[in-house]
Amino acid sequence: MKIAVCIKRVPDMETRFRIAASGTAVDEAGLKYDMSDFDGYAVETALQLNEKEGKGETVVISLGPDVVQEQLRKALSMGAERAVQLKAERVPVDGLAIARALAAELRDGGYDLILFGRQAVDSANATVGPMTATLLDLPCATAVSTLDIAGGRATVRRDLEGAAEIVELPLPAVITVDEGMPRARYPSLKGIMAAKKKPLEVKPAQLGEEHLTLEKMELPPERAAGRIVGEGPGAVSELVRLLHTEAKVL
Amino acid sequence: MANVFAMAESRGGALRRVAFEAVSAARAIADASGGGEVHALLAGAPGIAALAPELGKYGADLVVVVEHAVLANASPEVLAATAAARIRTGGYRAAVFSTSAQGRDLAPRVAAQLGVSMAADVTSFELAGDAMVVKHPSYAGKVIATLRLAGSPAVLTLRPGARAAVEAPRAARVESAQPAIDPASARVVVKEMIAGGGAKLDIGDAPVIVSGGRGLKSAENFKLVEDLAAAFGNAAVGATRAVTDDGWRPHSDQIGQTGRQVSPDLYVACGISGAIQHIAGMRNSRTIVAINKDKDAPIFKVADYGIVGDVLEILPVLTAAVKQARSQG
Repeated sequence: MKIAVCIKRVPDMETRFRIAASGTAVDEAGLKYDMSDFDGYAVETALQLNEKEGKGETVVISLGPDVVQEQLRKALSMGAERAVQLKAERVPVDGLAIARALAAELRDGGYDLILFGRQAVDSANATVGPMTATLLDLPCATAVSTLDIAGGRATVRRDLEGAAEIVELPLPAVITVDEGMPRARYPSLKGIMAAKKKPLEVKPAQLGEEHLTLEKMELPPERAAGRIVGEGPGAVSELVRLLHTEAKVL
Repeated sequence: MANVFAMAESRGGALRRVAFEAVSAARAIADASGGGEVHALLAGAPGIAALAPELGKYGADLVVVVEHAVLANASPEVLAATAAARIRTGGYRAAVFSTSAQGRDLAPRVAAQLGVSMAADVTSFELAGDAMVVKHPSYAGKVIATLRLAGSPAVLTLRPGARAAVEAPRAARVESAQPAIDPASARVVVKEMIAGGGAKLDIGDAPVIVSGGRGLKSAENFKLVEDLAAAFGNAAVGATRAVTDDGWRPHSDQIGQTGRQVSPDLYVACGISGAIQHIAGMRNSRTIVAINKDKDAPIFKVADYGIVGDVLEILPVLTAAVKQARSQG
């Protein structure tokens, strides 16, 4: 199959982030970057599908400044055949602008399957995949934890809150992958050497107008002093109430 | 004065809690604009119309009901086309969806069909002239972004629980509508619904972590920790170094200075005293709950909420309560 995988360069999420002096970005000093975790699963998924068939092509695409070539090279060293950088000074926060640029690149590519990570771990929007699918008028399944392809159709599992659904859709399709899909392999030395000779094409990103813009970035407020809710199993109902109404995590 | 659209999410013929939150948020936007109407879209199998009055309770003036056998499950293409058609003709100032598995799938499709940008997973919102200003947690919850969404309609997904549904009762009018595309033409088809389940999450990705320490007394008792994690549905199981060194849990589960450093939305520390080494790995969690028999245990100094008592007695009760709270969600 001809498979496209859209990947994003993101900082390591285990970092203790600081806000840059501009107030609209995280301080980049000392940050380590990699491709977003779920995007790594997507690359791995594409490679495994084509390895199983013994043929096909995996094309990785990333939008952003020249530094994204690092992550494209990593995907090539994992085994992708070629890479495309959609060059832009920065990655917009407006998912529709990104989706438009990706759709312009993907539209006439003849792809059987277009894969995304469920969401970029930094911006955490999960909008670009389904938006791109809609712009391309392709069937789409988001946040899948399993994927089987047979007879030109994909069968996927989507985990919902406390349930799951099995969904079928015809190819060509756009699928975004979640936890449960295979982890990205480590590039072999041979893969790293081979990647240096693989094609990496650079094209301008056709972003268009942005209607979602960043005003400010800040660290969340410090934790308020904790409290003992009560003693023994009798305190559970009050705890659950607080988790729902006050902490808003349930 | 502007009307606002809300997607009333249902599953299995019942409204989900996020449906009321979406309607209530739409009510707040309409009121802030000077008092427009809230129009909620309720889609499902025949009979779903009976739920319309429940949406009126939270401020819906009109419930647009779309009934079709295919909509017994969430058919993403039918729902997206139907929501987009309604929003296109309704002249809405905003369209509120939920940051749920269904809403996260649906809202971007709708926004792209409408050709408008959207703000995802917002925890607060405010009308600012022609724009909507929202807050959105990003960078694994470690950074809060303030975003400006220009234009109309402002498509949002609202984080569950970020804004409790507030009652604003009225007798909602009901209008029947047809699916905007022939359901038989949908390419994406839900073949089967599975109750329960959920893939195993990594502790680095899970929004909720339930972690156990020596207070559990044995490897077998970790079953209680796993049960609580399963009740949350989006939780992973972690452990202290003492526990992994004893071989009760694999080393990959260890949270702490020499293990994994995590920052989930919710961290539940069960039978963990709170050694510095452990706290270094979880102190950036958004909300921390601690259950420990020793009221002077250091874990209570970093916990937002604590229960003093025997973790083996408390966990089964908490698991049952979480299950019940989630089924109402």
